[in-house]
Parts: sequence; C-alpha cells; structure tokens
Amino acid sequence: MSKKLLVVAGAAILVAAAMSGLGVRADEFTKEDLERWEKEYTSVVQKGRELWTSADLGTNGVACAQCHPNAANTHPETYPKFQQQLGRVATLREMINWCIQQPLEGQPLGLDDAKMVAIEAYVAYERRGVAMAPGKH
Amino acid sequence: MIKYDLSRRAFMKGAGAAAAVSTLPLSLVELAFADPAQNFTFGYISDSHIQHVKGAKFVRNWDRGLIRAVAETNLLRPRPDFVMFGGDLAQLGTKEELDHGAEMLSKLSHKLYCVMGEHDYYLDLGEYWSKLYGDHYYSFDHKGVHFVVLNSILTYDEWTFDRWPTAEQRMLEMAGLDNPNGSPFMVGEKQREWLAKDLETVDKATPLVVFSHSPIQKIYKGWNFWTEDAEEVQAILAPFARTSVIYGHVHQIQYNQIGNITFNSVMATAWPWPYPQSYAQAEHHLPKLTVPMNRADPFFERDATGWQFVDVGTGKVALEYNLYNNTNRRVAYNPVTGQPEDSAYQDPARQIAPQDHF
Repeated sequence: MSKKLLVVAGAAILVAAAMSGLGVRADEFTKEDLERWEKEYTSVVQKGRELWTSADLGTNGVACAQCHPNAANTHPETYPKFQQQLGRVATLREMINWCIQQPLEGQPLGLDDAKMVAIEAYVAYERRGVAMAPGKH
Repeated sequence: MIKYDLSRRAFMKGAGAAAAVSTLPLSLVELAFADPAQNFTFGYISDSHIQHVKGAKFVRNWDRGLIRAVAETNLLRPRPDFVMFGGDLAQLGTKEELDHGAEMLSKLSHKLYCVMGEHDYYLDLGEYWSKLYGDHYYSFDHKGVHFVVLNSILTYDEWTFDRWPTAEQRMLEMAGLDNPNGSPFMVGEKQREWLAKDLETVDKATPLVVFSHSPIQKIYKGWNFWTEDAEEVQAILAPFARTSVIYGHVHQIQYNQIGNITFNSVMATAWPWPYPQSYAQAEHHLPKLTVPMNRADPFFERDATGWQFVDVGTGKVALEYNLYNNTNRRVAYNPVTGQPEDSAYQDPARQIAPQDHF
C-alpha cells in the first residue's frame, strides 16, 4: 500500500470518527429535533393560512376562505379521487388550482410551488383527526 | 283585527298558491288569511356580498347572483307586495360596493325593506347604508302582520370602538367568517328595550315575523352562526303565539323550532357556506331538525345559491327553496307536530346521499 493511500484511508477514519462524535445517526433523534421539525411544519401551515385568507392568489380580491372557512368542505382525505366534473382522477393540488383559476380569476401555481405546499399543509391541518378516505366522493 | 282561519284547508290553500308561482326561483312569502282579499306575498333576497375590485370593476360572480335574483323577482306573478333584502349587500362596506348593490336593487319594481349585515356595517358603523336605506332597526305593519327588522350584528363596544387602529381594519377583521379576531354578534340591551316597547301594543295573537341577519339562536360560535343575547331576544318574542324568525348570514338551509318560535334561514345570492359539521375541529349545534341542502358543486357557479318562496298560511312560515341546479326543497311548519319539516326529506329513510356533509 502506498504512502499516499494510507494517508487517504487515515483521513477517512478520522472523518468517520468525527461524525460519530457528533452523534449523527440515521435512526436517532432528540426531543429538540422534534420541536424544531414541528416548528418548521407549523410555520408552513401558518403561511398556508395566510395565503388562504389572502386576496393575493387571484386577481379579483376573492380569497379561498370566503367560500371555505377553516378550509371546510375541501375533503383533503378523499384525494386523489375520481373528480366527476373533470372525468378523471385528480389530486387536491389540481383542485386548489381550479379554485385559483375560476372563482379567484388567478394564474395556477406550480404543483411543487412553496405556496402550493403551504396551502395543502394548511388544508390538511384543519382536517386533522379525520380518517383517510381515498376515492370517496 | 283580522280573524285567521287556522284550518288545514286554509293552510293548504296557501301552500298551493306558493307552489303555483314556484316555477321562478326566488323568495316569496305568502300570507293566506280567511279573507282572500287580505292574502299577500313578499320576496326575499339576501347576502349578495357585492365586492369591489378596483375602478369600475366588481367581482363578476357575486354581481351575477344579485342581478339574477332581481330579474326573476320582477317576473313574479302574483306580484309581491314588497321585497326584503336580508343583509350583506356589500363585502367590505364601502360606498362603491353599497352604491353598486343599491343600483342593482333599484331595478326591483317593489317596495324594498333592508336588514343590516356585518359587511354593510363595520366600516362606518352603518352610516352610508343609512343614507340609502334608513334606520338600522324598525317595525311595520302590513295587512294584519307585525314585521320587525333587527340589527343583530352589533357586538361589544370595546371591540367596535377601542380595539382597531382604523375603520378599514375593523371591517376586514369582522369580514373574515373564520377569523379568530372577530367578535360574537348581538342585538344589545338598547335594541332589546326598543323591541319590548315596540311589541307592547301588539296583540299576542297577531302573527309576528322578525327579520335578522344572524340567527337569533346559537348554532356555531366560530363562524358567528350565533347571536350572543339570543335567549334574551327569544324571551321577548315568547308570548306571541305565532312567531317566525327569518335570517340570512349562514348561506345555507337551516330550520329549527324553539318554543313558539319557528326559525328559518335563507340562502345567499353570492356563494354557499359549508355546514359547521364539515369543519372537523368545530363544536357546533346545528338544529337536529335541519336536513342539510345538497353539497354544493363549485363547477356550477350558482349552485346552492338563490332564494326562496315563503308562505305564512297559518301565521307560521313555509319556505320553498328554489335550488338552481338541484331539486327544489320545501320546508313548512307542520301544525300537527308543531315544528318546521321538509316535505320530502324529513324522514331519515328518505334522505339522499348528496345531503351528507363530511
């Protein structure tokens, strides 16, 4: 084994030792981790609530909350489902875009847009506790 | 004093008259008396939420609802004696919105009576609305019936006068139905005193019809399907043998019976609202009597909006709900059971899947 290779191998062992010293393991997390992740999640739900009550998603001043107070009557637990008005199986995000385009007279969001994720997070949060019912009309 | 024929025949006659004109979708109240010359009807339109965008632009969808209601009311035969507007003409109470809505209502070829809604009130505390429609609460008599119009959307003085830096913010805070910064509606002590005094001279056998914007009963506080002093107002109405309370605000079919008082809601011309039970976190008290209207289909812009025929054949109301994209509903006071009932769907065995809100 050359001297050079030995140096590389030695460095790798040192890095591994340093990492294990930091306590990073795939299957372990702390109370502090959970609190931080919860906070990240809650901030996105809060962003979704702000968008839900905002006139900025559309062009005519109408907000989602005008027809759907507390995101009621949105049935997130049923998606994806056969959306009979579209004649195919659709996702909740597509239906959110439908509302942005029709009653709000706005432009659709990208399905992975951070705003879309926030809106979906808020809708699901208001529906917490309800059993999953995929496909239910 | 008019004598009222309380027989079933007279009641059914009233119902028949309502059915004959129900080919047009609108609120019509028919009051049938022993003397047919005294019979009359009135129309009912509510919750139009005319919303200003900017300049001369208003939200098209809400405009279309009110335009349709007015046009169809004008086609009604027999011609209603007057039309009620049940409140929330505007969305944010501005002069532009109230003027635009009033212009549409001015096309009605009937005398118009108006109820104050919170969306009309919380920008300037009803000042501009008053210039258009007068007193915030009042009463009148018409062909033997005593009508009372209440302003039921008042709230605590501290919330109204001291909490918000601007009138615009106060209006926005109250306009959000599910806004936790809102405040419960109430009639208030001053108006309750006025009501008691107004009713002092009215014979207890006189049919009484009370119009309010919010329900004078407690259904779900989170969305103000609620009036904080409902019990106090009900106590003032209790001595009257035949009392009906008709309210807007909820944008859906509701009905209930509390003592002698029959409660009926009317639909909005703008958009429908979910029933409180469809909000999974809500603790609500939707009257057990109420068979919900069908779940709204947003792909039909006017679905679950509209207005209704009402007849008051025995001094109790019967409402024919004209549902633009569904089968019509009829909710009538049943003198046998002493409560309002749906003529087709009251029996749980006859209820249909689209009435299930989840």
